[in-house]
Amino acid sequence: MSVIAYIPNQEGIIKKAGFELASFAAALAEKMGLQAKAVVLGPMADEEMKKLGQYGIAKVMHDANESFGLLDNRATAKALATAAAEASVVVLAHNNEGKGVAPRLALRLQAGYVSAISGLPSSVEPFVVNKVVFTGKAIGHASINTDKKVVTLSFNSFGLHEKAVDATIEAFNSGCSASDFALSVQQTQKVTGKVLLSEAEIVVSGGRGMKSPDNWGAIEELANLLGAATACSRPVSDEGWRPHGEHVGQTGKIIAPNLYFAFGISGAIQHLGGVSGSKVIVAVNKDPEAPIFEAADYGIVGDALKVLPEFIEAVKELKKSH
Amino acid sequence: MKVLILIGNVPDTNTKVKFNADRTAFDTAGVQWIINPWDELALTRALEVKEAQAGAIESITVANVGRVETEATLRKALAIGADKAFRIDADPADAYTVAAQLAPHCKEYDIIFAGVEASDYNGNAVGPMLAELLDIPSIAGVSGFNVENGKAVFTREIDGGSQTVTAPVPVMAIVQKGIAKEPRIPAMRGIMMARTKPLQVIPPQAVDARMKYAGFDLPPAKAACKKFTEEQARELIHALRDEAKAL
Ligand SMILES: Cc1cc2nc3c(=O)[nH]c(=O)nc-3n(C[C@H](O)[C@H](O)[C@H](O)COP(=O)(O)OP(=O)(O)OC[C@H]3O[C@@H](n4cnc5c(N)ncnc54)[C@H](O)[C@@H]3O)c2cc1C
Ligand SMILES: Nc1ncnc2c1ncn2[C@@H]1O[C@H](COP(=O)(O)O)[C@@H](O)[C@H]1O
Repeated sequence: MSVIAYIPNQEGIIKKAGFELASFAAALAEKMGLQAKAVVLGPMADEEMKKLGQYGIAKVMHDANESFGLLDNRATAKALATAAAEASVVVLAHNNEGKGVAPRLALRLQAGYVSAISGLPSSVEPFVVNKVVFTGKAIGHASINTDKKVVTLSFNSFGLHEKAVDATIEAFNSGCSASDFALSVQQTQKVTGKVLLSEAEIVVSGGRGMKSPDNWGAIEELANLLGAATACSRPVSDEGWRPHGEHVGQTGKIIAPNLYFAFGISGAIQHLGGVSGSKVIVAVNKDPEAPIFEAADYGIVGDALKVLPEFIEAVKELKKSH
Repeated sequence: MKVLILIGNVPDTNTKVKFNADRTAFDTAGVQWIINPWDELALTRALEVKEAQAGAIESITVANVGRVETEATLRKALAIGADKAFRIDADPADAYTVAAQLAPHCKEYDIIFAGVEASDYNGNAVGPMLAELLDIPSIAGVSGFNVENGKAVFTREIDGGSQTVTAPVPVMAIVQKGIAKEPRIPAMRGIMMARTKPLQVIPPQAVDARMKYAGFDLPPAKAACKKFTEEQARELIHALRDEAKAL
């Protein structure tokens, strides 16, 4: 019996979310007295997969079939069901692939499923995990009553925990052949050279209080200095000031970075739903009554356009003093 | 092509969330119910395509698993422009129950749309589960939809970019932001017409739930925000490094 982590394969590279899943699977396996394994689908070098050993994964099951790159959720679920035939728990990333595959896998395994869990189970028997519900307005204690369980883990909720073991790589045949892949990809547009919002540890975000798209230079400069991603409120992307991919909130991306800066954002409940999982929130807003200050840890009642250059200078100074 | 859109019935996004005394169930007193935002956007996009290209979409059906109270939400979907509706008369105990109730009634559709998550329990489950029960492909993260030369074409968001994807029908699309810009609002004529559009009520089957909520908590109260003045902006950055250890 084992706990299996399905590691997202980004063109042969494992990103932070993958190592976080490995850390989580290792800790859960320890808690349940089981073995921690990982599954990788699609081409990846052995040295890359070996890195999972640093986070407590003893065995990596690998099917190198490159068709898995099509992200065909039905085929991936089939492959994972083969790998997880004797698993107790399977954990996937809470990215679009994980969200699409995990429920399908749960049905194949006749397992109960809970998405976007925020850490280790509070109880193993019965199996109870916490997750955010009502888009950030409450926490639910979800109880799974089947033998097998499938979960997705919220990004940045568990963190990386090193626990070096020697990972053995084992080729496995998932049983997927050409006829299992129904999707065909016509075109791919990649975002390059930017910190991805979904993976960022620091996010610098602006709302309508930024007044004009021309004022975004300072947001970008601060983000660059901090190695952060940029984000925005919904009206800002609706008005075309910023690309849609930057919109965070209930109807945009849901993020949980270590640090979230909100410049000129009122803090509407639908906005907070997407960012309230952030560990530290900094708000700059002219209006002392703005609801964002109820969610914020640090705040300035003032003009974002005046504060931004000060923040930029302060970060530059900190960097110099290092 | 025949299109089916799954409709979740959820509390208005401005609802203040409350639970019963022992915090085991959501308190629905005074709650306004709406179409789950993603489902409303999927319906909007399907209508746009149906109107823009004669013959591309033959019919749009909307479906819900729920008790009689959810009919107002289905009627709203009809008022926005769906052609017909069905409701399976069961409590939506968990995502598996919803998918299992729907599956026997979804075989005739070419494209099924579900939202990425319902804004009540944020389950992220019903669409892919239904696709698995029907043994049809599903596409996650769908942010665009069109019909080109009789074929369904989707845009989907993936880690680090987006893709244009085609699939044979039947297919399930799990929709997110971008599928349509603003949800359509029912017009007076639509509301009148909705009254006479078919809304079929289907008796449920016996299905056992696979997960349940043992209880709920409200998020822990945050410590009061530490306020700085404009002039102290640089000190705030120092506090982020030295005190919050966030830099
Ligand atoms: C179903 C639904 C879903 C929604 N989903 C989302 C979502 O996912 N994400 C989202 O963001 N919104 C969402 N919204 C919209 C949300 O309700 C708010 O309208 C929106 O978040 C407001 O954006 P804002 O804070 O940028 O703008 P505003 O509400 O206009 O606030 C601007 C703020 O900037 C401040 N300000 C003005 N000038 C300055 C200055 N010079 N310096 C500093 N501060 C200044 C003002 O005091 C004000 O607080 C949704 C709404 C609905 C109904
Ligand atoms: N009771 C229901 N009846 C019909 N469709 C539903 C129901 N619950 C959820 N859905 C669909 O499944 C999507 C995701 O919901 P969930 O898996 O509950 O987060 C929603 O956006 C709807 O499209």
